[in-house]
Amino acid sequence: MKDFRYIDGVASIALEAKTCVGCGVCVQVCPHQVFTVQKGKAVFADRNACIECGACARNCPVDAILVTPGVGCASLMIKRWLHEKGIPVRLGGGTGCC
Amino acid sequence: MPSITHAWGLQDWLGTAFARLGVTRNNYAVSPGLYAMGNPDANSPVIVTANYKLTFDAVRGDLAGQNLWMVVLDTRGINVWCAAGKNLFSTAEVIKQLQRVRLDRVVKHRRIILPQLGAPGVSAKEVRRATGFSVVYGPVLSADLPAFLESGMQATTEMRTVRFPLKERAVLIPVEIMLLWKTLLLAFAVMFVLSGIGPDIFSFSAAVGRLAPFAWATLFGVLAGQVAVPVLLPVLPFRAFAANGALTGGVAVLLMLACAWPLATWLELVVLAAWTPCLGSFLAMNFSGSTPYTSPTGVEWEMRRAVPLQILTVAVCLCLWVAAAFIG
Repeated sequence: MKDFRYIDGVASIALEAKTCVGCGVCVQVCPHQVFTVQKGKAVFADRNACIECGACARNCPVDAILVTPGVGCASLMIKRWLHEKGIPVRLGGGTGCC
Repeated sequence: MPSITHAWGLQDWLGTAFARLGVTRNNYAVSPGLYAMGNPDANSPVIVTANYKLTFDAVRGDLAGQNLWMVVLDTRGINVWCAAGKNLFSTAEVIKQLQRVRLDRVVKHRRIILPQLGAPGVSAKEVRRATGFSVVYGPVLSADLPAFLESGMQATTEMRTVRFPLKERAVLIPVEIMLLWKTLLLAFAVMFVLSGIGPDIFSFSAAVGRLAPFAWATLFGVLAGQVAVPVLLPVLPFRAFAANGALTGGVAVLLMLACAWPLATWLELVVLAAWTPCLGSFLAMNFSGSTPYTSPTGVEWEMRRAVPLQILTVAVCLCLWVAAAFIG
C-alpha cells in the first residue's frame, strides 16, 4: 500500500523461484501488490508491503510460496501471550480485532 | 429460494447503526444459502459472499440492476477478510455450500466469483477439484463488482488493491470505544481503591475526588489513541502504532493539564501526564488489528518493544499515585 507503510524487513514470506510456474495467481490475490511476474516467474515487487495473510500461498498451484499466515492484531497477540503463560483467555472471543 | 433486492429498508439502516456501535456486532447475520438478485437464469454469474449482514447489505446494495445468483457462506456473521483469516470463509465452506444449494443444477456454466479478500481462506484448485467450479477472484470492494462484470471479469490493479481512506477509518471509532467500556469500568474501580489509600488508611472522599483528574487523563488518552490516531493515520510520522499513540497522547497532555490543573497536586499531574500518552500508545497499538496493512510479524515486533515500556509506565504511575496521597 502506498499511503500506509508498516514495519520494514520483518515479513516472513519466501518465494521459491525454481518451483514457480509464473501463473500469476499470487499477483491476483495479493491485496498489496507484493508480487509481479517477470520473464515467466513471480518476483517480489514490494516485499515489505506483505501482511502475511497467506492468500498467495494457499492459492499457489505449485506451493512455491512459504509464509506463516496470520492477522496483524495486537489484541489477538496479547491473548496469545496470556494463553502461552497459562492465563485463561477466550481465544477468538468477542472483543478486539476480528 | 429467497429473492432479494438492492434496496435498504429502515431495518437495514438501523441494523447497520447498531452493528457499527458494537451493540449487535457479534450477532448480525443472514441465513447462509442461495439467493436470487433480480431475475437470474442458468447463465447468470454467481457471487459468493459472507453472511455478516453488513457485508450482505453492502454487496446487494452495490449490485442494483444486476441479475445474478448469490451464494452466502456460513461465516458465523463475520466479514469476508476476518472470516478468511479464521478459516470460516474457507475451502471447506465453499464446497459445502455449493453442494448444499446444488449450484451445478442451478447454472449451466462452471464459474463462481469470490471476493479477493476471501483468498486467504480458500484454495481455488481444491474447490475446482471437489465441485467442478472454477474460482474467479473478484475485486476487493463489492462496489467494483458492476465494473468487474461489465469488463468480462477483469479486475484492474486498482480494484485489487486494499485502501484505507478516512471514511473507513472513522467508521471504526464508535465500535472501538464501545468495546473499551468494561475495561475502563474496571480501571476506575481499581483507581477508586488506590485513590482512597492515604494517611487516614482509607478516605472515601479522596477515593471519589481523585477520580476526577484521572477521568480527564483517561478521556484524553482514549481520544489520542482511538480517535486521533485513526483519523490522522496517514500524516503521523512513525511506522509503529504504539509510537504514534504516544505522540498524540503527548500532545493531548497539554489539553489534559488545562482541564485537570485545578483538581490535582503536582505529583498527581506528573502521574497523569505519563498516563495519557501511555494509554494512547496502548490503544493505538490495538488499532493495528483494525487496519488492512499490518503483518502479524510486524505487530509482534512493535509489541515486544512497546508493551514492556507500557507496563513499566503503569507500574510507576500506580506507585506514585498512592505515594501522592502521603506527600500531598
